[in-house]
Amino acid sequence: MLVYIIRRSMQSVVVLFAMSLLVFVGVYAIGNPIDILINPQADQIDRENAIAALGLDKPLWEQYLVFLKGALSGDLGKSFVHATSALGLILERMPATMELAIAAMLIAVILGIPLGLWAGLKPNGVAGRTIMAGSILGFSLPTFWVGLMLIMVFSVMLGWLPSNGRGPTTLLFGLIPVSFLSWDGLTHLIMPAVNLALFKLALLIRLTRAGTRESLLQDYVKFARAKGLTNTRVIGVHVLRNILIPIVTVIGLEFGSVIAFAIVTESVFAWPGMGKLLIDSINLLDRPVIVSYLLVIVALFIFINLVVDVLYSALDPRVRLTDSKG
Amino acid sequence: MSTVLPAPVVVPAQRAAQSPFRRIASDFFANPIAVFGLCLLAIIVAAAIFAPLISPQNPYDLAQLDVMESKLPPGSKAPGGGTFWLGTDDQGRDMLSAIFYGLRISLMVGATSTVLALIIGLTMGLTAAYFGGRLETLIMRVVDIQLSFPAILIALILIAVLGQGTGKVITALVTIQWAYYARTVRSAALVEKRKEYMEAARCLALSPARIVFRHLLPNCLPPMIVVATVQVAAAIALEATLSFLGLGLPITEPSLGLLIANGYQYLLSGKYWISFFPGVALLLTIVSINLVADQMRDVLNPRLQK
Repeated sequence: MLVYIIRRSMQSVVVLFAMSLLVFVGVYAIGNPIDILINPQADQIDRENAIAALGLDKPLWEQYLVFLKGALSGDLGKSFVHATSALGLILERMPATMELAIAAMLIAVILGIPLGLWAGLKPNGVAGRTIMAGSILGFSLPTFWVGLMLIMVFSVMLGWLPSNGRGPTTLLFGLIPVSFLSWDGLTHLIMPAVNLALFKLALLIRLTRAGTRESLLQDYVKFARAKGLTNTRVIGVHVLRNILIPIVTVIGLEFGSVIAFAIVTESVFAWPGMGKLLIDSINLLDRPVIVSYLLVIVALFIFINLVVDVLYSALDPRVRLTDSKG
Repeated sequence: MSTVLPAPVVVPAQRAAQSPFRRIASDFFANPIAVFGLCLLAIIVAAAIFAPLISPQNPYDLAQLDVMESKLPPGSKAPGGGTFWLGTDDQGRDMLSAIFYGLRISLMVGATSTVLALIIGLTMGLTAAYFGGRLETLIMRVVDIQLSFPAILIALILIAVLGQGTGKVITALVTIQWAYYARTVRSAALVEKRKEYMEAARCLALSPARIVFRHLLPNCLPPMIVVATVQVAAAIALEATLSFLGLGLPITEPSLGLLIANGYQYLLSGKYWISFFPGVALLLTIVSINLVADQMRDVLNPRLQK
């Protein structure tokens, strides 16, 4: 197990290195931030001084080496616009995005698994059919438009919930600013979280339903019923435990995509997270922030994949054998 | 001939005599929900194609717009005698006309990128499956890496790198989508490759291009049609999302996503129709395509065929 984790971590470093090269060249090769950042009335000398100060006068490979040297000591460059550490800017925004993503994932799991289970146990009932029709809708609705409609109904028409921002934040463990500890913060969180959760909710419903229908036909369920176990125990222990394996994998992998899709939700609800920072940085050609965001996201993805693999083998004893072999 | 066969086999024998196209069509029309989806899609596509003919107003012609008529609610009377059934936007544009023209652009971008991605993906996937070796490893490794990241993230990176504009959005969509086709067609082609007709084609010493495109490709098409249908919907949704974020199509010829974004700022003052109706059009388009795709998946799946 330990060998496996170490080997995977080393692979991750290689992937991260390759990604840094790709992203760096991609972002730096095209577009000229000078035109946006420097006053068009500046004279030639001012221009050249500014270019030199940003390090843009050096050839691309040299710029990459400077970047890589900094990156290894945890410095991903300074933002052109904010003139502070790019990584610092992203880390500062990260708790907001994480809170949103975790809240969305919780909503999707807490609602998705029971609804999917219900639809799987009674596929032909009215409730089962309604749940499935709803999940198709959940797949088809464009996230950003649902966000707007939520604002329209709950903020504009009913006036129950605030339409943008994060509200007051409280420090969790004296370190991380979060919204969910105060009532006002919670009212700010609920709408973006529901919006972000919808797509994953539809996915989890379909996945749980398919898994339930499949495992109900398996011999171990028939055997459990033959033993005379109660319905609750058959479903709660035998069915649920087996369908949980693919579900945990998908939850893990989808967590990364929730963070990516938070870009859209954050833009709709003006949620001050990493995604909104990325959109602003793309519009301003703030290259160090774009590169840092992408590297942070890639690192996050690699980490999530590793955690999912480890969890997977912990949940399913059959997986462990293949791990130790290779 | 059917008199020789035992009774239950008579139906499949008849079905085999039908052309595949007829069988697929009759299977497709057996599901009323799918037929509804297809009709809805036909209406939407017709509205997009004939937008200049059926729109009450040309939304791009500034001479026809009047700022005095801006932000009117749905059903308002136009001074020229007509009615703004879906209201007007901030520039006094009739929303119904803007939606027809927006649909045109959204569908055009979705269809163009899907066709281009399909061609590239098919070629890459078939090449990988047919030739194998290093080339296959390289192509499939790129596909794997690309598919491990969410589409929206790749789209944003590409737009950040390429800049904005219709051609660049299509490039981004094609770059995202080809990987899905390459993966699907490769797995189908690997199965087909081992069949006897492929061996026969190779024994005839046909050129690789002829074998791949005339023999291998037609037999790999059914799963591709399903993936392509789903991907058209995904492309339209993604384009709308990018346009909404202000990173998509130019503002001069707004797609549905941009129309929705335009209405965003007026939403808080209760002028819902500027965002609401383009969104409904977008939703209906995506739902109808998904309904058709769902049925296509069942009809074209050989394991479900009777």
